Amino acid sequence: MNGMFIAFIGMVVFALGYRYYSKFVAEKIFRLDPNYVTPAHRFKDGVDFVPTSKYVLWGHHFTSVAGAAPIVGPAIAVYWGWLPAFLWVILGTVFAAGVHDFGTLVLSVRNKGQSVGTLANKLIGQRAKILFLCIILILVLMVNAVFAWVIANLFISFPASVLPVFIQIPLAIWIGHAVYKRKKRMLGPSLIALVLMYVVAIFASKIDFLQIDLVQYMGGENGAGLFGLGAVSSAFFIWIIILMIYVYIASTLPVWKLLQPRDFINSHQLIVGLAILYLGLLFTNPTITAPLTNTGTDVSWFPLLFITIACGAISGFHGLVSSGTSSKQLNKETDARFVGYLGAVGEGSLALIAILAVVTFFPSADEFLATYHSYTAANGAGLNVFVEGASKLATGLMIPVPIATTIVSIIVVSFAATTLDTSVRLMRYIIAELGITYNFSTLSKKHVATSIAVVASAALVLLPEGPKGFGSGGYLLWPLFGTSNQLLAGISLLLIAIWLKRLGRNYAIVLIPMVFLMFMTLYAMFQQVFFEWSWFGSSSNSLLFIFGAIIFVFAIWITLTAFSVLSNEHRSGSPRE
Amino acid sequence: MIKQAKQLIRWYEEVLSMPHRTEIARELRGEDDLFFLLLYSELLGVPNPAYYFTLELYPYIIEDFHDWHLRMGMDKSPLSGIRCC
Repeated sequence: MNGMFIAFIGMVVFALGYRYYSKFVAEKIFRLDPNYVTPAHRFKDGVDFVPTSKYVLWGHHFTSVAGAAPIVGPAIAVYWGWLPAFLWVILGTVFAAGVHDFGTLVLSVRNKGQSVGTLANKLIGQRAKILFLCIILILVLMVNAVFAWVIANLFISFPASVLPVFIQIPLAIWIGHAVYKRKKRMLGPSLIALVLMYVVAIFASKIDFLQIDLVQYMGGENGAGLFGLGAVSSAFFIWIIILMIYVYIASTLPVWKLLQPRDFINSHQLIVGLAILYLGLLFTNPTITAPLTNTGTDVSWFPLLFITIACGAISGFHGLVSSGTSSKQLNKETDARFVGYLGAVGEGSLALIAILAVVTFFPSADEFLATYHSYTAANGAGLNVFVEGASKLATGLMIPVPIATTIVSIIVVSFAATTLDTSVRLMRYIIAELGITYNFSTLSKKHVATSIAVVASAALVLLPEGPKGFGSGGYLLWPLFGTSNQLLAGISLLLIAIWLKRLGRNYAIVLIPMVFLMFMTLYAMFQQVFFEWSWFGSSSNSLLFIFGAIIFVFAIWITLTAFSVLSNEHRSGSPRE
Repeated sequence: MIKQAKQLIRWYEEVLSMPHRTEIARELRGEDDLFFLLLYSELLGVPNPAYYFTLELYPYIIEDFHDWHLRMGMDKSPLSGIRCC
């Protein structure tokens, strides 16, 4: 099967989804009104509420949601063959993610631009808000652990990427200074920073001593590391500690100093990455060598596929962006379709190309199956295969493989690092908010909250034992990340359903994805928690068991809440605006 | 073609600057709030901390002030707070 053809089919389905399905949802279900006074106009303050062009908002929405997660998930999920992953990304984006992003945006616009958390409190009640906070806390904890592992793993596998990634930090500080203190425009400095970073990447991939390879420094894979650990374990340990120190500093600095300038560079990198991949696909015209479907040796695709790919098919995190910033800046209500639905499609197209980069990489199906021999192996190897597959596509643009490998790994590391910065900061805010809610003022102090966030994340990423030893098992948490993300999406869909029901509209378009997600999450967590991770399971692991059990309970909680709220809805008051 | 490219660059720059526009506006608003508080706090009966520091300006303006009230046809200082002669 030809890779280009599959990409083409994907794009056509996305286009049809936008053209017809989103139009149907906008006109018949949400009934968008071009004359509705959006919060951006109603509460216009020049700060949070600013009417903004839909194209700009779409760009902002897309760059905020597209990151490392829609790459990692699909790269693992191709374990069951390319077709299931492809179908879930395409159909998930069209029927679930698009409606979710679009719906949360409209819901927030119709409720004074309030965020999903506040709306949970308003539409369901206090317990829903606590549930919401708990799920976000679990989600950010998983994000911190998984992405710390992602970065450490890429640093060890592709040591040439270390130097350019660390160069990004002083460059970002310089951009922050140039933009905020010297009032320069940001496009110039951030493009210079990007070019400098890639120049360093080219040198680092050619010159050995510029590659910071901790494993080699400790005498290769079989060498002795620190504290009696192996070289690889020690390398993971060192990188994770360095990363945690870095995120501590990064998340306590003002956002304009590091986080925002890094975002500028990353927006360029997103475009560079997508251009390399899609143009590479066009010029190399590769054949898909991975099998169409693969039953797998250990776990079935049903229901695990649906939690392995979260971002790229549906992700609750998008609701936070939709209802957090986009809804406060929407110029016209009818723009919501373009911003929300197409934002989700943008991420879907990143997931689609991630699938194609992996499934066209191997010379034959046998080699694919040798690498993807089990689900655990797929979890561990997926990302590295994506980096190599993407570099192979980049050869179509005359970029030599070593340089392309370095650049692609820098792109993924940068995405993961920005996500890590943001989620540690978010975790700090949540801990502080819990501290204020429960009158425990110590928790609301910046350094106390950050320390708790960083130490908890570091402990979580170091605890699971991978095949390469201590610290290398962070990828085992990936299904938990997917599940908590889906639960968040479940809550948002529930809120949209309640809102639509109160208006007397047909809410099946959100109820069906919600029931689907909740069923998959409950089923997957039940299967994993009891048959895999419990003490009598096939791969007993108390850490995964505890977190899996917590998520399972949350999933039941949401399902029961959804059931009770939707069935008792006729007792509640008059329809809202 | 060039016009479209310029438009594209303008759009891209606006996408990039959107989150930072909010941040700058928030910071400016914070400064404005402080400035307003300093200007009008006394009218509301809140002691103005800046007022105390204006005493330091006294030696610098006193000569100009004296010349001004003479030019305006007032032999003595019209303000009881400022006594120059």
